Amino acid sequence: MLTRREALLGSVLTAAAAAAVVAMPAVASSKEVAGLPREKVTLVAPPFVHAHEQVAKGGPKVVEFTMTIEEKPIVIDADGTQLNAMTYNGSIPGPLMVVHQDDYIELTLINPDTNTLAHNIDFHAATGALGGGGLTLINPGEQVTLRFKATRTGTFVYHCAPGGAMIPWHVVSGMSGAVMILPRDGLKNDKGDPIRYDHIYYIGENDFYIPRDEQGKFKKYDSAGDNYDDTVKVMRGLIPTHVVFNGKAGSLTGANAMKAKVGETVLIVHSQANRDTRPHLIGGHGDYVWEQGKFANPPSKDLETWFIRGGSAGSALYTFLQPGIYAYVNHNLIEAVELGATAHFTVEGTWDDDLMMQVEAPKAIAS
Amino acid sequence: MSFDPVFTFGTIGAAALIGLGMNHALDNSLEVPPPVAMSDVVVLGPGSFDHPQPGEFLQKNHSVAAPVARESINAPLEIMKYQVSLSDYEHCVADGACKLADPRKIGNVPVTGVSHIDAEAYATWLSARTGETWRLPTDVEWAYAAGERFRGDIESDESDPNNPALRWLAQYRIETALGRKPDPEPRVQGDFGINSKGVADVAGNIWEWTSTCYIHATMASDGVGVVSSIDNCGVHVVEGFHRTYMSNFIRDGKSGGCAVGTPPDNLGFRLVRDRPSLVQATLRRLGLS
Repeated sequence: MLTRREALLGSVLTAAAAAAVVAMPAVASSKEVAGLPREKVTLVAPPFVHAHEQVAKGGPKVVEFTMTIEEKPIVIDADGTQLNAMTYNGSIPGPLMVVHQDDYIELTLINPDTNTLAHNIDFHAATGALGGGGLTLINPGEQVTLRFKATRTGTFVYHCAPGGAMIPWHVVSGMSGAVMILPRDGLKNDKGDPIRYDHIYYIGENDFYIPRDEQGKFKKYDSAGDNYDDTVKVMRGLIPTHVVFNGKAGSLTGANAMKAKVGETVLIVHSQANRDTRPHLIGGHGDYVWEQGKFANPPSKDLETWFIRGGSAGSALYTFLQPGIYAYVNHNLIEAVELGATAHFTVEGTWDDDLMMQVEAPKAIAS
Repeated sequence: MSFDPVFTFGTIGAAALIGLGMNHALDNSLEVPPPVAMSDVVVLGPGSFDHPQPGEFLQKNHSVAAPVARESINAPLEIMKYQVSLSDYEHCVADGACKLADPRKIGNVPVTGVSHIDAEAYATWLSARTGETWRLPTDVEWAYAAGERFRGDIESDESDPNNPALRWLAQYRIETALGRKPDPEPRVQGDFGINSKGVADVAGNIWEWTSTCYIHATMASDGVGVVSSIDNCGVHVVEGFHRTYMSNFIRDGKSGGCAVGTPPDNLGFRLVRDRPSLVQATLRRLGLS
């Protein structure tokens, strides 16, 4: 069994070695950046997203975010199964950060001394230094500030990558989230016409690997470090015990179901930092889908199911046409129903008989 | 009727599983477990009560709330005070007449992780062992014994032929508003208390199998009579905190992601005992039965 101290040491050494290769002095543009307007954004927990403009007003700016890393046990299913979670800002996934192309994301990452492990952040949207991972490794009791330029548009994953074997373990313990970099003039459809959304929801999908005891019951551990050995054994089997949205089976159902009205357009951002997935909206479609998540490519139209590669974030735009309860699932239905990857939308509005009607209710087969 | 389409997708959908193949070959040399003690059977006097019917009801081609019928229990109803315990169930397993359950918890608790098929097998075994007639209660009998703890389907009166979604959304809201949190850990018998009828643990965290089949019924235009109905005995009514419907072979009622608010925490059962008729009683006294 790995002790807390050993886990810490192991992660620091490997990440430091990586950082030595890539750490570089800041380039000459920092003076220009210093002259840019700055905006401070307070992040909100998913599935919600902080307020933002869809079309940029004015020129590029520096957008400041702060995230505090929290290691804490969380319950991930109705049976009370516990994960020794590692989180960005207390939520799984970490919050979605929205900026526009050519803006700068300036993140202050805090690792309070109540934590036990070293952490960092690798932004897939960023260029260089292992996505920033090489410049952000912090021990408990430290904080760091990283700035990177939002050069490419799209939805991108961020995750913890503190070196070697620590990387997958931190990610499957909950440390991932996403960034959305909008084109300055907003989203466009396949013809280049502008499109807007009325609501945006951010769904992070996680695969968890919880060890079981001899009776097959999920085990509980005092701290993250205590579960490391057992968890890695389960991880190596590549079969998750849980596949969930937003950190817990049922986290986006019932009182927490997402809401929309008939006629409203919703953008659903979906990230999976580790494993492939295939979102599907039961009873609806993806009107415009950026499967790979990158807005420089025209969106696919009218999709039934879309594929999100492990280690990426995609987005789907849909205008609801019919009221009712919609299930938004990972359409590996075993993962949706048995492992937890199901969310709900409740949609109010007027029913459209033209789109669908029950012509005849169930009755005995005519003989 | 009672559940939204998403929930239906999770719980019903499966075809009937027929062909039980009960092959008990009871070995009478085995030690006979003690018969159910009289103190563990509650005898309820006859009575009548208003009862929302189980199943799915249609009127003029759209779903409506289940009709409420006046139901009567004529003979005294003898029902187990407690749900069948894990240890009692294990006697049946030891006799080779029941399959091993998938209990969520081992110990002095009711048996959980049992299907309708398992419950029927236990009733058959117990009847053979005791020389009495034990069976699952009907939905009406269960409701009678549940008394003030009976809830029935979670359903809404909302029924707009022009917008079926209003009913789905209303039911979703009602179920959500009940706010029942998952409570999967079985507890010792009696922990959920005794109702006004003297029956223990009704509507706790174990839902109970009944012998009533799931039906689709078409109501007359007056909204009272049933014109026709089709039953599906591959799916039975399950009663507890709320009423739901499960395929006979299901042992764990929690359907992972699709259940909306309150899927059964556990599936278990209790049995009723039929009083022997005069003829049967006489034959038994004479040692002929």
